[in-house]
Amino acid sequence: MTAATELRAEQDRGRKVAQNREKWAQSRTYISAVVILFWCLAPAYWMVVTAFRDVGYTYDTSILPTHVTLDNFKTAFDTSFGNHFGQALLNSLFIGAVVTIVSLVIGVFAAYALARLNFKFKYLVLGFILGASMFPGVALITPLFQLFTNIGWMGTYQALIIPNISFVLPLTVYTMTSFFREMPWELEESARVDGCTQGQAFRKVIMPLAAPAIFTTAILAFISSWNEFLIASQLSSDATQPVTVAIASFAGAQPNQIPYTAIMAAGTIVTIPLVILVLVFQRKIVAGLTAGAVK
Amino acid sequence: MATEVGPTSVKAPASGGAPIHHAPKGVGEDNRIATQGRWAAWLLAPTILALSVVIVYPIITAIVMSFQKDAGLDPATGLFTEGGPAGLSNYYNWIFQQCPAPGGGTVECPPGTLGAQFWSATGTTFFFTIVTVTLETVLGFWMAVIMARAFKGRSLVRAAVLVPWAIPTAVTAKLWLFIFAFEGIGNKLFNTTVLWTGSEWPARWAVIIADVWKTTPFMALLILAGLQMIPAEVYEAAKVDGASAWQRFRMITLPLVKPALMVAILFRTLDALRMFDLPYILTGGANNTTTLSILVINQIRQGFNAAAALSTITFIIIFLVAFIFVRFLGANVVEQQTGAGKGKK
Repeated sequence: MTAATELRAEQDRGRKVAQNREKWAQSRTYISAVVILFWCLAPAYWMVVTAFRDVGYTYDTSILPTHVTLDNFKTAFDTSFGNHFGQALLNSLFIGAVVTIVSLVIGVFAAYALARLNFKFKYLVLGFILGASMFPGVALITPLFQLFTNIGWMGTYQALIIPNISFVLPLTVYTMTSFFREMPWELEESARVDGCTQGQAFRKVIMPLAAPAIFTTAILAFISSWNEFLIASQLSSDATQPVTVAIASFAGAQPNQIPYTAIMAAGTIVTIPLVILVLVFQRKIVAGLTAGAVK
Repeated sequence: MATEVGPTSVKAPASGGAPIHHAPKGVGEDNRIATQGRWAAWLLAPTILALSVVIVYPIITAIVMSFQKDAGLDPATGLFTEGGPAGLSNYYNWIFQQCPAPGGGTVECPPGTLGAQFWSATGTTFFFTIVTVTLETVLGFWMAVIMARAFKGRSLVRAAVLVPWAIPTAVTAKLWLFIFAFEGIGNKLFNTTVLWTGSEWPARWAVIIADVWKTTPFMALLILAGLQMIPAEVYEAAKVDGASAWQRFRMITLPLVKPALMVAILFRTLDALRMFDLPYILTGGANNTTTLSILVINQIRQGFNAAAALSTITFIIIFLVAFIFVRFLGANVVEQQTGAGKGKK
């Protein structure tokens, strides 16, 4: 009798210890999660808060928004100090769109071949494409600078689009390759068995399945073109500069005073659409990022 | 690197090419491979052609240029120098930090000129690479382990880590410049009065902190993808066998996540070696934050050919690091990519 109660007490104690340990582990996880959230979001939050803060209170450090105004957004688009932010937004959109479309149209064939076909030198081709994406931009810039100067392309859109293709295309190819590899290609065969022609099987079965993969790849391609700075900083002019260059060289009324609130407003405009896009397609984006494994 | 339980082999059965792999080898298959090869060649041609135009051609041009002398007035001496073949002198001048002397020959570059910065830029580049990649790996691993756990709000954390990644580097640089401004929130928060971009170590740390903030999420997501490939039963089994948490981490998590981890580290390392945007915008390369990429950009307007030599050196350095990673540290990117752990290459 006493032995049994003792045993039960022992078991209870053991369960309690386990429960406590579980609780402690769980709360540690939550503390860590809060730290991660703070570390990732606080600087971005600070950018948005500053964007809405009156210029006179640029260095105000109260955490909540104070002296809220929309003036900074007006200043960001103001061209009287030699800034071309509005034009730069259009330029980035245009360059990004062209680079994305060209890379997708060219890259989709290569990705299909790499994912679906068996051929010699496959590893070599993959290695070449991966190597291309890891290529340092500075190794391209010097010859391009000279070439574009000689043929009068400095400051033109094509001078910005062509180098961008050099790093967006490889990214497109191997992100799409890994997406394609995981697609249920048996369905193509089944459609053929059910009487579809090869073309119909592709259009009616494969295309709808591949559409999300292609769309995700397009987002990743657009983002990396949108973020490009090195080549644009050297080869663009005031008329063709993308947003990254416009923000980096943003000037204020006084030459020695950096107009932080206007820059944060410009940064917010540049970032918010991307962040929304990324959060909406979060799952797909993460899959594309980790499959393609690229910045 | 044979990894029987690596993430790649888990994925392998789903790979599209798999049925062909298993087809009995015979005359029929040879034909099939030949046909597929022809198809592949046509499908790959546009990509290969485009990459040849935008990458291979500029590289070859750069190498040719690097063996030419820069014509024009030498900024250091004010003398006119003729162009023409230069042999290895452009490379020699960078590595031994030599500048053309007034009476012909070379002298040690005066401090402050671009020619005198090669070794300091190389040192800075490697310093940034080693420190940022180490911090990003440790922090990224920690974040990945947290994100792999089941808890309420996990999807919120996974969404939040994408925010720094989605912000363009140029904006990141300006944002941290503002945070690190003398009257900025950085000094206020840490109760310091540091002029962050005003002297060597604070400037370096500003660049490092901004870079770690921006790129740790990428690292964390890659490692998380690797962690999720490990089947839960492996941990269960180890638990039953009485393995402690630390043992489970060291004996199961680390070896199984290693292929994904190595690829993540390789990508980040190569990326860090070409670091440009952050220090260029954040510090302007002042106070010993000039990386090799910044040095090349500064050199371009003073002489294409010398810049071409320096960019070729940068390229070779990055190539060597990549080679060491793949060859000796087992970062098998191509196998990881083809999803075929059995790939013999």
